[in-house]
Amino acid sequence: MSVIDPSNRGLQLATRYVVLTLIAVIFAFPLVFMLVSSLKPDDQLLRDTASLRAFLPVGDLSLQNYYAAFDRAPVGTFILNSVLVTGVTVALSLFVCSMAAFAFVFLRWSGRDLVLGVILATLIVPFETIAIPLLLVVSKLPWIGLDGFSLGWLNTYRVQIVPFIADGLTIFLFVQYFKDLPGDLAEAARVEGASNWQIYRKVVMPLAGPVLATAAILKFLVMYNQYLWPLMVVQEEGRRPVMVGLQYFFQLNRAWGEIMAYLSMITVPVLAFYLYMQRSFIASIASTGVKG
Amino acid sequence: MASRLSTSNRAGWLMALPGFGLIVLFVILPFVLAFALSFTNQRLVSPNPTEWVGLSNYRALLGVGVLHLEPERDDAGNVVTDENGAPEYPRLRSFTRNNPDYPHLAGMSEWFFFDRGEGRTYVLASDVVFMRAIVNTLIFVAVVAPVQAGLALVLALLINQRLRGINLFRAIYFMPVVVSIVVVSLLWRFIYAEEGLLNNLLASLTFGAFDGPDWLGNPRTALGSVIAMSVWQAVGFHMVIWLSGLQTISPTLYEAGAIEGASRWQTFRYITWPGLRNTAVLILIVITMQAFALFAQIDVMTNGGPLDSTQTIVFQAVERGYGRQDISSGSTISVFLFVLVLSISLLQRWLTRERR
Amino acid sequence: MTRLTAASALAMLWATGAMAQTELTMWYHGAGNQVESEIVNRIIADFNASQSDWVVSIESFPQNAYNDAVVAAALAGDLPDILDVDGPIMPNWAWAGYLQPLPIEPTRIEAFLPGTKGVWNDQLYSVGLWDAAVALITRQSTLDALGLRTPTLEEPWTQEEFMGAMEAAKASGDYEYAIDLGMSDQSEWYPYAFLPFLWSFGGDLIDAESGYQTAEGVLNGEAALAFGEWWQGMFTEGYAPGPSQDPADHASGFQEGQYAFTWNGNWLALPFLEAFDDVVFLPAPDFGNGNFIGAASWQFAVSGTTEHPEGGAAFIEFALKDEYLRDFSNGIGLIPPTPTAAAMTENYAEGGPMAVFYDLSEDQARLRPVFPGYPVAAKVFAKALTDIANGADVADSLDTAVDEIEADVQSNQGYGQQ
Repeated sequence: MSVIDPSNRGLQLATRYVVLTLIAVIFAFPLVFMLVSSLKPDDQLLRDTASLRAFLPVGDLSLQNYYAAFDRAPVGTFILNSVLVTGVTVALSLFVCSMAAFAFVFLRWSGRDLVLGVILATLIVPFETIAIPLLLVVSKLPWIGLDGFSLGWLNTYRVQIVPFIADGLTIFLFVQYFKDLPGDLAEAARVEGASNWQIYRKVVMPLAGPVLATAAILKFLVMYNQYLWPLMVVQEEGRRPVMVGLQYFFQLNRAWGEIMAYLSMITVPVLAFYLYMQRSFIASIASTGVKG
Repeated sequence: MASRLSTSNRAGWLMALPGFGLIVLFVILPFVLAFALSFTNQRLVSPNPTEWVGLSNYRALLGVGVLHLEPERDDAGNVVTDENGAPEYPRLRSFTRNNPDYPHLAGMSEWFFFDRGEGRTYVLASDVVFMRAIVNTLIFVAVVAPVQAGLALVLALLINQRLRGINLFRAIYFMPVVVSIVVVSLLWRFIYAEEGLLNNLLASLTFGAFDGPDWLGNPRTALGSVIAMSVWQAVGFHMVIWLSGLQTISPTLYEAGAIEGASRWQTFRYITWPGLRNTAVLILIVITMQAFALFAQIDVMTNGGPLDSTQTIVFQAVERGYGRQDISSGSTISVFLFVLVLSISLLQRWLTRERR
Repeated sequence: MTRLTAASALAMLWATGAMAQTELTMWYHGAGNQVESEIVNRIIADFNASQSDWVVSIESFPQNAYNDAVVAAALAGDLPDILDVDGPIMPNWAWAGYLQPLPIEPTRIEAFLPGTKGVWNDQLYSVGLWDAAVALITRQSTLDALGLRTPTLEEPWTQEEFMGAMEAAKASGDYEYAIDLGMSDQSEWYPYAFLPFLWSFGGDLIDAESGYQTAEGVLNGEAALAFGEWWQGMFTEGYAPGPSQDPADHASGFQEGQYAFTWNGNWLALPFLEAFDDVVFLPAPDFGNGNFIGAASWQFAVSGTTEHPEGGAAFIEFALKDEYLRDFSNGIGLIPPTPTAAAMTENYAEGGPMAVFYDLSEDQARLRPVFPGYPVAAKVFAKALTDIANGADVADSLDTAVDEIEADVQSNQGYGQQ
């Protein structure tokens, strides 16, 4: 190994930051555009789109678009609905999918490969192409709730949640990750008399930090951006999520500034969730000090 | 042994069942319904009773035919040419519409042609738009899958270093994924406009020498523009998956490599890459699936145009199922897509099978 | 009150201890438009207070999502009692049973503009509280600078005059494009705004004389081919921006002087009036077979599944009062359907800045083909126009459109028309 002299090292470090920053510029601009535009009046915003001014907070800036957005739509309700639906779905999804993946990787049972194959095949089915048949299914499903037996799931939170708890991608993520975990961990625990449930809870899941964070982020994004489905199954304004709410702003006279203000507001929860997950992601690696 | 296997059986089914059961109810059952609909004439909005129509939806979607034509000749037997000197051919519609001599070509139209000898051979399709959608989708997948996976890996390696403030970069690279695809597509429409940001930027970089095209309005550049934007948009998503794979590689391996004096390339080749094998499979499959499902960008940016240069399979499925109220045709497309992707994956798997 | 409603009202009284009223749900496409919502809510409140048989409650949807939401609800068997419907879509919904004939006396709407009456198969299904109109919009100063005659309803521009205006605007070098046709708005705008051009050339979307069974000869005949060539020329000659038009330019281009003319709807007229004090609204040019604009906007109807059509009709009839028609017009700039309401409005009263639209609507307006296959035919038409604008062969594109429309009619067993 060559001797590293400090100035060289400094130069190297600077180069790294320059590269990282250049790439960052390429990726940062939609968010910058959104935030900056949300502060501009419509005519200026549209004029600026043809030049770099689109990304600069210049000209006539105000919070007017934000006030107007709140006047136009119950923004808070939409965000709350989306956060609720997304949060519950993500939590249930992580549990259900990781448990299934555990069964696929650490247990031997008849039908395992077939079931896994079928689940992976569902990855191919784009949601748009089964939305109508799915609508027919959920409109006939029974439900037993606090208010007794009912038929049809329309206009509820559960119709936005339950169909999306289990999905092929999340299961697949967990399966591929679990395969990388040392198999003897589970064997050792089994020899010590641990039940499958205990192995899942106490041995495997504590090591699953990175994939939990990844799966959570990906699922969060999918759920938070739901549009077609809630549009079809939710009629009450009080239960609508953010992406359906976005359409409130696409009137015949498009209020571009308000659109940007609304988007800036609904992006906050996603960003917060991502940053939180990223931190816990790193923390989980630090604490488990993973394995080979 | 027997008892252990049976417990495993019960535990395996028990633990997989919640997930599998939900998938059966909410994905597989609707898909089976869609499969059944593809053999009917079911409409989205209609009082007419549903009827079984057999394979006619598939024929209408996938039928192809060939027609060889000789150029038109005048009475003297000379080839008739147009003002550019190119030979003229009879109008195809005279063969494909109400022509009892060519029943197998009824309702078809020109997909493409090639000249052979004196004459010209036309390849006709029942549904030219859908044929173009298939081709475009395959091009999209063939470009996006390797490029996006590769770039995402580079980014993941770049971001997987210990540096002050690296978390900030990590977050920024993920930005395009966080902002809704609808918004990102709208923004890129501004960027790609003829007098838009990209052309203004390119013009000023080349001191006005570059006169940019109307990126989304030109059939030659539209698909490329959509591809570039899509790679940019989703690369952060796959970067995150690569990152979680990188985390599973034990630091002790790297330490051992350093002791052995491995170069950077060697470290990557012999430690990092083998450790990423399962992640690589995951990413390739996920990207391929997502690329086949290309829809939102098209919907917002081009609507399949110009001249069908950005039609895609899923866009067509939605356009027909909802836009044209033809739910059976939309279902037929989803079944076709399923079979197509499944065959490609099985072929891929067979080609990359471990040879022993 | 019928015996049935009395009974159910009684049952409700028994159950809730509340007033003896039957609840009616209503869906409306105006979510996100505060002015519109405020007016609709006021009508509902007035109606609910005015009688004791019915209580209307409203659920508003954003316009872009509305049709999909209604179709989904119909599939799931979950339609409301009252709903609103975009005029040209009405026959489709009526045919599918989403709507039922509206029990309102024809005399009640005698004075209404023709575009506001939703009649299909000789039955009234829907009534509009306004109509919309399209005009050729420019500035008087532009006309003067380019030396152009001001066209009138009696004497609109001919094709030569219109093309002369395009050429003059282009030659002046003052504009990026001579006219903004609104090509970036790829929705119902295409058939609504451009079908009138085809009509004026003498063609049509579908052959009404065939009982709406085929488009052969009308969408690909001589007149349609002439229309197609002219249409393509608008783009190849550089008079108008094509389908890839930047939405930002469409939104603000005219106000910023990028375009000399804009072919635009009156719902967008208010910003123009704010930007310039010499905006003029000109009638559509006459390409040889008369000059037209599209008629019919959103209208109210009762659903096919409601048990109380008479309740829905009572509400709709209530909403047809001139004062509400006036409020809608003042609020969102649309054309009031009756002369008496027009006289009460700011913009459409005699001498008002948009009064010309009322005359346009009365004189030029023509309904888009009133048949259940319209939504699909309109999509096909929009695609053909987009392709032609992008340089596709005119005859081939129109032939393809004809074939697609015919295939759709066949797969719907003729849409039940004779």
